[in-house]
Amino acid sequence: MSNSQKIHKFRLNNKYIVLDINSGAVHLVDEVAYDVLDYYGDKDLKEIISELSKKYSKNEIMEAYSEITDIKEDGLLFSENINMNSFSYNSENIVKALCLHVAHDCNLRCKYCFASQGDFKGERLLMPLEVGKKALEFIVNSSGNRKNLEVDFFGGEPLMNFEVVKELVAYGRELEKSHNKRFRFTITTNGVLLDEDKMAFINENMDNVVLSLDGRKKVNDNMRTTVDGKGSYDIIVPKFIEMADKRGDKDYFVRGTFTSNNLDFTRDALEFYNLGFKKISIEPVVTDPKEEYAIKEEHLDIILNEYEEFSKKYIKIKKMDKGFTFFHFMIDLDQGPCLIKRATGCGAGSEYMAVTPEGDLYPCHQFVGNDDFKLGDVFNGVINSNIIKKFKQSNVFSKEECKTCWARFYCSGGCHANAYNTNKDITKPYKIGCEMEKKRIECAISILANLEK
Amino acid sequence: MKHIKTLGKRNLKNTLAKGGCGECQTSCQSACKTSCTVGNQKCENK
Repeated sequence: MSNSQKIHKFRLNNKYIVLDINSGAVHLVDEVAYDVLDYYGDKDLKEIISELSKKYSKNEIMEAYSEITDIKEDGLLFSENINMNSFSYNSENIVKALCLHVAHDCNLRCKYCFASQGDFKGERLLMPLEVGKKALEFIVNSSGNRKNLEVDFFGGEPLMNFEVVKELVAYGRELEKSHNKRFRFTITTNGVLLDEDKMAFINENMDNVVLSLDGRKKVNDNMRTTVDGKGSYDIIVPKFIEMADKRGDKDYFVRGTFTSNNLDFTRDALEFYNLGFKKISIEPVVTDPKEEYAIKEEHLDIILNEYEEFSKKYIKIKKMDKGFTFFHFMIDLDQGPCLIKRATGCGAGSEYMAVTPEGDLYPCHQFVGNDDFKLGDVFNGVINSNIIKKFKQSNVFSKEECKTCWARFYCSGGCHANAYNTNKDITKPYKIGCEMEKKRIECAISILANLEK
Repeated sequence: MKHIKTLGKRNLKNTLAKGGCGECQTSCQSACKTSCTVGNQKCENK
């Protein structure tokens, strides 16, 4: 592997940044070192001086060269590919996270809904309490010695089955005691049914709440409509403001979806901020490329530029307001995940599964309703272990496109569902998604570099 | 150093020894539900 394949360098937001791909180290460099790195290892010092002598003094080049050598010797630059012969992932088939579809029904009719407006192409159905209890028993019994378990109440719209949600939280607390586990409950809601009691329960019991809203009123109301076709913004926004306010120190995310109809989604992010929301996420829509609102390759330049422009505004806001957080610009260079986590990604189809109202198990919420991916059910456990094997084997060391990509230890191979939806193969990453993710990582690191004291 | 400042010094290879405990958050659960961003997750095995 040549030196250039071991590092990734870029200039963004007035910073020269170098990533050492295999160690994960990140360096902020000056222009001299940035240019020397183009030749380091391929040419000797004398040749590099000659190449760059019009731009820099001999002394400057020699200093930068020497510093690069020191860092290389510390194992933080040009580090070699990682030997993963001993790589073993979830050999015990632990399941530690569930997406619980407590309602395959919804009180909105969002046009882009991957769940076919809530019913996941099946009957409109609420999860019976007994199925939910079986799901919690399934995860407790499948989680081996893992202490931290995650259950996200999802839908459709989970507030349509809130009594069951409450009962399941209570049952989870019992199981925690008897099995020495800790449940982290979260909920994803469109907010229509949020009221004071539900907010109080969520605040007391949920580690995180994801509030779905798309940003500006006209953008939101174009896609997120009520059953009778009206906009949902005016119904939801006051409730979300109240909910976010009541969260205090607890986590929440206001989460939007952008489509080709709002490629200027930075404005929607800023709308969130202006409404007072501090923790936000805006995600590209996942849909059939034939849909008129789908994101296509021809939109990429606009989107990448939009992320860059947003990163500039984000730096300005962060300097005044540390609490503002955009999910995709969050990055922790020192305390981040280990290599195994980075190599394997979200754990869908292995550590993470989705449960339908009937109790059927799928690799994740995005695969629900696709019979080819049905894993089993919460009553009998996993039956189709071949699918699990495929998901477990799909990682950055096995995916061809990932093997040579600089971003592999940040995105971890991308979303399996995105890959399947576009390429009908979970091992072939969704190219448009890769390009967006790479830009977001560059933005995130450049933001960190600008906020560094 | 005059020309280089290291922002993140964590060497991923060193995490192989203790890594893979699986106690950390499942990335997709946290906020996105559609696209995978693992690099911003916290390690819980410190």
